[in-house]
Amino acid sequence: MPTTRRQFLSLAGSVTVAGSISIITLRPLAATPAMLNSAIRSVVGEAQLRTGRVKLDIPPLVENGNTVPMTVSVASPMTADDYVKSIHVFNEKNPQPNIGNFHLGPSSGRAQVSTRIRLADTQKVVAIARLSDDTFWQVAVDIVVTLAACTEEMN
Amino acid sequence: MAALINVPAKAKRGDIIEIRALTSHIMETGFRHTVDGALVPRDIITSFTCRYNATEIFRADLFPAIAANPYLSFFTIAKESGKLEFEWIGDNGYSSSASASITVE
Amino acid sequence: MIFWRAIAAATLLAAAPALLAGEIAPEARRSGYSFMGPDTRAMQDDDTSNPGMLFVLDGEALWTKKTGSADKACADCHGDARSSMKGVAARYPAFDKALARPVTLDQRINLCRANHQQASALPYESRDLLALSAFIAHQSRGVAITAGDEPELKPFVAQGRDLFMQREGQLNLACTNCHDDNFNKRLAGAPITQGQPTGYPLYRLEWQTLGSLERRLRGCMTGVRAQAYDYGSPELVALELYLMSRARGLPVETPAVRP
Repeated sequence: MPTTRRQFLSLAGSVTVAGSISIITLRPLAATPAMLNSAIRSVVGEAQLRTGRVKLDIPPLVENGNTVPMTVSVASPMTADDYVKSIHVFNEKNPQPNIGNFHLGPSSGRAQVSTRIRLADTQKVVAIARLSDDTFWQVAVDIVVTLAACTEEMN
Repeated sequence: MAALINVPAKAKRGDIIEIRALTSHIMETGFRHTVDGALVPRDIITSFTCRYNATEIFRADLFPAIAANPYLSFFTIAKESGKLEFEWIGDNGYSSSASASITVE
Repeated sequence: MIFWRAIAAATLLAAAPALLAGEIAPEARRSGYSFMGPDTRAMQDDDTSNPGMLFVLDGEALWTKKTGSADKACADCHGDARSSMKGVAARYPAFDKALARPVTLDQRINLCRANHQQASALPYESRDLLALSAFIAHQSRGVAITAGDEPELKPFVAQGRDLFMQREGQLNLACTNCHDDNFNKRLAGAPITQGQPTGYPLYRLEWQTLGSLERRLRGCMTGVRAQAYDYGSPELVALELYLMSRARGLPVETPAVRP
């Protein structure tokens, strides 16, 4: 198929538009799975990381990676001798693997936290809960971040 | 700079209540550059604490991956009437606070 | 992969034959809200989770704060904004007799500052100007938009309409090519809306802050690789006026939340 000048311009234009999507993405600085792993280990130590009990709710299709609603909840009776001590959330591809640490206690009543996060790209988000018996439970979710078509350049 | 706090004005003793806190902050990541290539220095809130009648009931460590104008929602058991105090601490000596009262019957 | 989809979408739009502008019938007008996902809607719907409300609160404080060498607050002339400002933003941009041209709400605030408060103009997109205009527009939440009804505005609405229909930039696209002819389709991952300016100034998740309609229009112009008009320029004001008249009847949502 011959490429006309008009098509070439629109191709070039859209590459630039699509390429300027997220000003928070910096490839060389992106967290690697190894960084994710070491960030997780710095919280968990050598303890066994079990899968389950933790639920991570993020919209299946994120409308803008700059502000993503997120809720983490943990199945726990939240009594004086069986409760969630803390929740830790990590990501795979932002420049830094940590998102937030949330400290709870038996007076929380319910082990659930919501916030809004930044996701530089389609990636894995991991939530880990530390229970009062010092066991660690995790869930990992793959999040699709859709790209905004027209974004403005940074001022 | 404003903060929006949502705490039920009244609750029954033993009720699990939701608390929401939203505050104004740019949450500059420290990973961005200006058009002429200069790094924009990090300026984020690093810590949020909620105290219920002076006892800490919730604390969060925040990182650059938290969106601007940080929003947090969490729960607590309504134990007694009194005051909930909220404190945000961040880079460059940033500190702000807010409070809300609750009547527990 | 994602890049290629964006390229395909843009190529289709650029290669499509020039359609006659099909303007949207009043009953078919839809706020950008209706194109959003449930999570973003929820963020707008609840005032205690809508980050735009932080700016409304700041604006409320500014409304009663004395400023300028006249040492006057907005409230000293206009009283309680809940009654005096109700419906005002739904009529803006409005015709200014002294200037013989339409002025935006932001420009009206700065005219008030110059003429009545003897205060310096607040820069476009500054936090204080956005906060004041959000607070004022918030008083019109739910009020149907009627901007552009004044007879003196007719030539300016027509100018704005011409700009809306005019192809521009390296992508050679007019506003109408997306927002009249192709709304409800997608460009890359994002839905194309009708471009109805019902909730400005609004909180854009992409911006992570509040911004004006002019900022949004300038973003669109950069998107089609055109030179954006300056803030406050007659062209941007005319476009804003046409867009508001095109949204006639839709309720004001300020502060809206958009992706």
